[in-house]
Amino acid sequence: MEYLLLFIATVVVNNFVLVQFLGCCPFLGVSRQVSTSIGMGIATTFVMVMAALASWLIQHFILVPLGLEYLQTLAFILVIAALVQLVEMFLHKSIPGLYRAMGIFLPLITTNCAVLGLAINAVLRDYNLGESLVYGFGAGVGFTLALILMAGMREELQFADIPKPLQGQAIALILAGLLSLAFSGFAGMI
Amino acid sequence: MYNSIIALASMGGLGIVLSIGLVIAAKMFAVETDERIDQIETALPGVNCGACGYAGCRSLAEAIASGKAPVSGCPVGGLAVAKIIAAILGAEGADAPARKVAQVLCKGGCAEAAQRAEYDGPKNCRIMNMIQGGSKGCTYGCLGGGTCVEACPFDAMYLDENGLPVVIEEKCTGCGKCVEACPRNIIILVGEEYGVHIRCRSHALGKEVRQVCQVGCIACRRCEKECPYNAITVTNNLAEIDYDKCTVCRRCVAVCPMHTIEAQEGKPEIQAKQVG
Repeated sequence: MEYLLLFIATVVVNNFVLVQFLGCCPFLGVSRQVSTSIGMGIATTFVMVMAALASWLIQHFILVPLGLEYLQTLAFILVIAALVQLVEMFLHKSIPGLYRAMGIFLPLITTNCAVLGLAINAVLRDYNLGESLVYGFGAGVGFTLALILMAGMREELQFADIPKPLQGQAIALILAGLLSLAFSGFAGMI
Repeated sequence: MYNSIIALASMGGLGIVLSIGLVIAAKMFAVETDERIDQIETALPGVNCGACGYAGCRSLAEAIASGKAPVSGCPVGGLAVAKIIAAILGAEGADAPARKVAQVLCKGGCAEAAQRAEYDGPKNCRIMNMIQGGSKGCTYGCLGGGTCVEACPFDAMYLDENGLPVVIEEKCTGCGKCVEACPRNIIILVGEEYGVHIRCRSHALGKEVRQVCQVGCIACRRCEKECPYNAITVTNNLAEIDYDKCTVCRRCVAVCPMHTIEAQEGKPEIQAKQVG
């Protein structure tokens, strides 16, 4: 029950993108098509779960015993970068279409602040391994949810008659703001 | 001291472990990429201007390597690049892509064209055009805001003291950014060998043109009659050249009473032209 609450809280109430404003770059960059946004969401979710696991292990078996907590950011970024490389290689080999569609945003998961934010947040909140994993998975699902919602609306917007000054990124930012506003309605639920 | 050694050792160790893992993964997930793509990409200009219609030089390189685009797909690099790419692919006879340069079809600068209002807003043709069609008497001609000059990624344009954009043809790559930028549609891309241009886009009646511009086309049809190749036709009060038929013989230049038709130096007459 506790885990379920944590999961829902992470996905909806404290959504990483729309409530905490982490990972806005891929959120705007890869949300043009639903199909690519699903791929990006799955890749990011995978990286997030792995990052939650790896950062927990590093925090509790390397950093804390050696008294190196001040190297947290460095160590986490190192691990996340390696994980992203792994995902990139895997996608390039197995799903080249998705690899091309995501383009520059795939290596950019490395510097996706949502992933680093997740790792650091999990440590700050003193989560145990199970909670960290649920937290990581929830963050990934929340990111995917935001991405798919956004992509769905942007696909529909293709057919809308948007005034010229608002076309492109401008309307996307307005859309993101409205979406975020909607998600703020969940605030304080859990 | 002791602390820093531990820090160095642990972070270094972490790095080494991860890199070993990545090396193994790279071996496992190795993908055979076409190395010609990299070679073609090196041969391309690398400006990522998008004039070829692909997202960037890399996308064009991939399309060329897979045969979806011709070796002459890059309009910026032109024949030189097409030859290098053809050599990489081992293909014969890169058909020379005709190099195109931008031509500004308006001669009416501050000296020749009358103003009907004073404009004191931002120097941007799109804005100027939005406000009652600009301050110039002629609603077809160049606004002189320099939006095309700003759009040019190759510094191949400048505004002269008469307020008209000038194309430096040696630098122009025919990418078409200025064509897109111009709200009046007075810039066109023409094969570089053509040296005669009717520099007017006004569809107004001859009388009206005379009132607002000293160098506008008044549709007198003299050029149409003079042209031995039927390359010029006057439609909707405007003479237009069909460049496919034009041989740069310059006969029209001599008869134009308004000096709208202009001949460029250094572009000789095309002798054997197959008129099809």
